Amino acid sequence: MNEKFNEIPMAGNIIKPGNALEYKTGGWRAERPVHNDETCLWIKNGTCGLCWIFCPDDAIRLIEKDGKYSYEYDYDYCKGCGICANQCPTSSIKMESE
Amino acid sequence: MALDFAKGITEFRWHGRGGQGVVTSNQMLGKAALAEGRYIQAFPEFGPERTGAPVRAFLRISKDPIQIYAQVYHPDIVVCIDPTLLDVVNPTEGLKEDGVLVLNTTMSPQEVRDKFDFRTGKVVTVDASKIAMDILGRPFYNMPTMAAAVKATGIVKLETVIQTVLDRYPGKIGELNKAAMERASEEAQVG
Amino acid sequence: MTTVERIPAEKMKIEGLTGDAAIAHALKQADVDVLAAYPITPQTIIVEDFEKFYANGEVKTKVIPVESEHSAMSACVGASATGARVATATASAGLALMWEILYCAASMRMPIVLTVANRALSAPINIHNDWSDSYGARDSGFIQLYCQNSQEAYDTTLMAFKLAEDHRVLLPVMVCIDGFILSHNVERVEMLPDDAVKKFLGVREPVQPLDPKNPITMGPLALTDYYFEFKEQQDRAIHAAPEVFKEVEEAFKKMTGRSYGMVEDYKTEDAEIIILTHSTPAGTAKVVADTLREQGEKVGVLRLKMFRPFPVKEVVEKVKHAKAVIVFEKCLSFGATCNPLALELRAALYNLDERPMVTDFVIGLGGRDVPPTTIVEGYNKTKEYLAKGEAPLYETLGVRK
Repeated sequence: MNEKFNEIPMAGNIIKPGNALEYKTGGWRAERPVHNDETCLWIKNGTCGLCWIFCPDDAIRLIEKDGKYSYEYDYDYCKGCGICANQCPTSSIKMESE
Repeated sequence: MALDFAKGITEFRWHGRGGQGVVTSNQMLGKAALAEGRYIQAFPEFGPERTGAPVRAFLRISKDPIQIYAQVYHPDIVVCIDPTLLDVVNPTEGLKEDGVLVLNTTMSPQEVRDKFDFRTGKVVTVDASKIAMDILGRPFYNMPTMAAAVKATGIVKLETVIQTVLDRYPGKIGELNKAAMERASEEAQVG
Repeated sequence: MTTVERIPAEKMKIEGLTGDAAIAHALKQADVDVLAAYPITPQTIIVEDFEKFYANGEVKTKVIPVESEHSAMSACVGASATGARVATATASAGLALMWEILYCAASMRMPIVLTVANRALSAPINIHNDWSDSYGARDSGFIQLYCQNSQEAYDTTLMAFKLAEDHRVLLPVMVCIDGFILSHNVERVEMLPDDAVKKFLGVREPVQPLDPKNPITMGPLALTDYYFEFKEQQDRAIHAAPEVFKEVEEAFKKMTGRSYGMVEDYKTEDAEIIILTHSTPAGTAKVVADTLREQGEKVGVLRLKMFRPFPVKEVVEKVKHAKAVIVFEKCLSFGATCNPLALELRAALYNLDERPMVTDFVIGLGGRDVPPTTIVEGYNKTKEYLAKGEAPLYETLGVRK
């Protein structure tokens, strides 16, 4: 952020597409989502997926492999907003202090 | 008129009513002068245009580029294309002493001089209304009145202005206007 | 710069055109890719004529008949972002409605040509000429060029594209003519052949166009950390305009023999009193200067063509020796020290040790005719003020009071 006026693109144009990836918002996180596999519908039978739909940072991955369902959080981009926990219909996601 | 701001420029003022083509004939005469190699300004006095309302238009012709941008206050030539306007406006207002007054009227030049107490310059009359009705069958007085103005002033050749009209109105309308203009040029009385 | 050659007279086309029609012809020959406009008096003929060219298949332009001027300028910005050559036209309330997007066009560095038939602002509703509309937009980041006659309107519209699209500038240009007084005034206009214009203007070469194959983001958010730097860029760009304008005019002069300069100097060299104004009153002022000179008065006229960026050096150079400079302007800047043109002049002169007296006359609001006698009145008043040694900051002239 120390660039001078002539060291940045004209008119504020963002000339490199997809450069949001370079900005790791995981550092903003005060609380992280913790998953309860017992009650999660995705783990149970591969349904629901609301946490994946609503995550604003695409930080939840739902994985299906050999008929088994699993998940992972991408903590580089999860900023701990808690939307996943709020949306979960079975209260399987809890926010816990980092 | 202590100072002359229009040296070398011939200035026209036209009177007519909205819808009678005063703006068009003003432009036609201007474009004819342009075709003869002169510089022009042809512009109307705009207002909320309403059919029938008195309107004015102005024309400047010069052999040099024209720099002045203002209405014409002391015209060399005044053309009035509607006889009924003569009781509403005074066409001689601001007209130069040696100016030319061109009217569509059944009056004779002498009668016009008496009516407006205009004793100098030149008065040209033509019954453009009758000519228009005879030839065009509609009250388009503008072109025949213009022809009378051209005859009286010699500002451009009649052929040039007729050609300008033919270019603008190709076909029958143009031909009828040409006939009306030729007749008006013959019938115009100068006095 | 493009190499151009003198176009022989027999290849030029001479026509009687109103100021509006002259602009429409220039836009046609400039081979504009997109024209998005909303008609408003007295600019109407520009859009009407252009639509006629479009309907007759004489232009390949995409004409977008939008629902408002805000949309017109928005569509222009979008089209310009893709790298297209873009133009529009407006006046008065239409320009006011464009306001928000004027700043976007300039800040996003879109080389749009906006032709304006200057018209008063409401209320009361008035369709006639003054400069309140484009003077109001003087800080929008647009380059502003004012024209005296139809020929100049044609020439300037063509040159505007070359100025706007130059990579040292990349800013929108407003080409302004006096509503009705010029927009509806038929004058002699000499037009270039199409191929000469094509060669002169070339095809726009965008720097960073919107392109699906190479996606970029335009006009994003920039807050306290970056916004100021982008304004610094923009400020430098507009100050590059004079140099580029000179080059453009030089090339145009080679082709046509005509050029105008950022200021037109008319008999100022030995003048004791100099009139500063622009657009059609400048023409009338020149006639007045000629007439007064015959009476032994030492008077000249400086006609401003470029109002933004304001050509400080050129103006100061031409007027600094005078006893007084008379400003005639068709705009009231309510509550200001004086009015926009005189403000610029007074600020430009401030650093001189010996400054001419500046008088500021507001004329012709709402299309009130400005006959030579009004100019003479301002001249006579200025002579009185010179004798007295003081002048009011500004006054209105030609109003019943």
